[in-house]
Amino acid sequence: MYSKGLAPLAAATAVTITTAFTLVFFYAPNDADQGFIQKIFYVHVPMAIVALGGFVAGGVFAIKHLRSGDSSWDLRSYVAIHLSIILGVGVLATGAIWAKASWGHWWVWDEPVLVSFLVVFLLYCVYYPLRFSIEDPGRQARYSSVFAIAAGAFVPLNFVAVRMAESFTHPRVLSQTGGDLPGDMRLTFLVSLLGMVLLFVTLWKLELTAKHASMQLKKLRNRARVAA
Amino acid sequence: MDAAIELEGVERRYGERVALAGVSVSVPEGATLAVLGGNGAGKTTLLRVLAGLLRPHGGRAHVLGAALPDERWKLPARVGYVGHEPLLYRELSGRENLRYHGDLHGVQHGRIQEVLEELEIAGRADEPVRDLSKGLVQRLAIARAILHEPTLLLLDEPRANLDPAAAELVEPLIGRSSGRTRVLVSHDVSGALEESDVALGLKGGRPAPVDAELYR
Amino acid sequence: MIAAARTILRKDLLIEWRTKESVPAMVLFSITVYVLFHFGLDRDSLDGELASGVLWVTLLLAAVIGVSRLFAAEREQGGIDGLLLSPVDRTALFVAKAVALFLFLTAVELVAVPAFGLLLLGPGLGGAFPELLAVLALGNLGVAAVGALVSALAAETRAHELIVPILLLPLLVPVLIACAQATEPLFRQEAGPEDLGRWLGLLTLYDVVFVFLSVAVFDFLLED
Repeated sequence: MYSKGLAPLAAATAVTITTAFTLVFFYAPNDADQGFIQKIFYVHVPMAIVALGGFVAGGVFAIKHLRSGDSSWDLRSYVAIHLSIILGVGVLATGAIWAKASWGHWWVWDEPVLVSFLVVFLLYCVYYPLRFSIEDPGRQARYSSVFAIAAGAFVPLNFVAVRMAESFTHPRVLSQTGGDLPGDMRLTFLVSLLGMVLLFVTLWKLELTAKHASMQLKKLRNRARVAA
Repeated sequence: MDAAIELEGVERRYGERVALAGVSVSVPEGATLAVLGGNGAGKTTLLRVLAGLLRPHGGRAHVLGAALPDERWKLPARVGYVGHEPLLYRELSGRENLRYHGDLHGVQHGRIQEVLEELEIAGRADEPVRDLSKGLVQRLAIARAILHEPTLLLLDEPRANLDPAAAELVEPLIGRSSGRTRVLVSHDVSGALEESDVALGLKGGRPAPVDAELYR
Repeated sequence: MIAAARTILRKDLLIEWRTKESVPAMVLFSITVYVLFHFGLDRDSLDGELASGVLWVTLLLAAVIGVSRLFAAEREQGGIDGLLLSPVDRTALFVAKAVALFLFLTAVELVAVPAFGLLLLGPGLGGAFPELLAVLALGNLGVAAVGALVSALAAETRAHELIVPILLLPLLVPVLIACAQATEPLFRQEAGPEDLGRWLGLLTLYDVVFVFLSVAVFDFLLED
């Protein structure tokens, strides 16, 4: 039931990502100050946006789970959060590379998006130990959903707080997302963003299908064992 | 007259594992149901479902006219539960514990003294529960369960730790002569059967005949 | 619901009074941490942002202890069942626990904040006074709401003492930011410009979001 539309989605993802790569390497201009490495921005920022979107989506699915009691929503929530955490590692890694290239340090505290992302990432890392240390499956799902909702609400609040705390405004490309980017950069960025979104949704559907299949298999095995 | 408890094919799962399945029984008002079975058979699970603590995952269940799981909220006021845990705070005295539970149930304070005297624990009611012997704690647990004058008693080994004199003392409150509808879980099979009107055997969460096989 | 919350709160305060478990430990911990900071930073007195940071980080770490113990009695003595077996709105449990935590934090701060003034704060507390109370009140409210939720979330897990700190502290980062930024100008040698309004505003927003959220989801933690 989750694999509906998976094939065309995967195809669209492949096409978009290839296009994005082409644009990044051949179309987008090299940054005057930071050189070629600045192009990591086209991976770092979309990844961050999609990861944060994934966390919030996890919270929304969790709300649906609690209201309906239907555990398929819990599965959707789990996979969304799970993928976003993995993307989160990528965000922090690419952020560090970019920081080193731009400012000479592997980590800078001046970038409020990156800093607030670190806090969010640390929070969501607790999802696994919390989830997997609860043995009762029904309770595990419910408690995970409560976490996902609280953490989802936390994401924007935290961003606001960290932003307010940073008194510096750097001429950073991050602040220009969607706003003051010159045309060729903006196009490349938007295609990269679209590619990242499609990639996330494809992987999400893929993992859902795989998990669902393995759960069905387990159910059948159990039924066979009981009947025997 | 409607039965006090009406269960049809009640199911309760623990993930993939079956805790209860196909449980059907009818208990008239004022009657006693004995639930028998080995360890892990699902007796405590069934009791907790009847108390409204656990929601059934399948089947139909009506307890005291309330349909489970949707009307579970109606049950606590009319159910008295004596379980494995006494549900008492060890740092507080018996009287303070009863006052706490009494306030949650909206019970008059005079009733607390009444129950303490009926169970002959009034003298030690002001000592912290951690200083009391198991027998006294059990009496206090029974006091907690009957404080709000419930219509249905759910009893899991209620006479554990009670000496014969104490057992006699609690008889009019939680025994057959109390006239209340009761569900009794006990390992004393013959004793339980003697004081019950309906018997339900459980094995692996499913109904099973009450014979020697039950405990294998 | 309010009457039930009051009953549960009274029970919790009574138990804390008898056992004196949480509050003295939190106070002792705070003062120990001040000593650690003295040695760690190699400073006799702090002011401005350093003072602000040390005070709030210490109070937040002490809060972790309180949060860990909040549902301890319930977990160890079957208290949740006792509550579920009574005809009471389950939100009452959340309200009671959050208020209890708020009161414990206030009690701890009655000692820990003056102690900070004595041990580490250069400029002295006098100038900071009414503003400090406002920050403490709003900060405690946020910590109480989130703390009660986290305590309940962690209560059923196997390793709850490990989960509480790593779950609670990131969630409290906005509170830390707001409190530290708000008190930083209050702890300076010469009074500087204050920007209290925006930080109190952030705290209020945080408190409103998390009080409503916690109340809305708490029932699902008790359900079975």
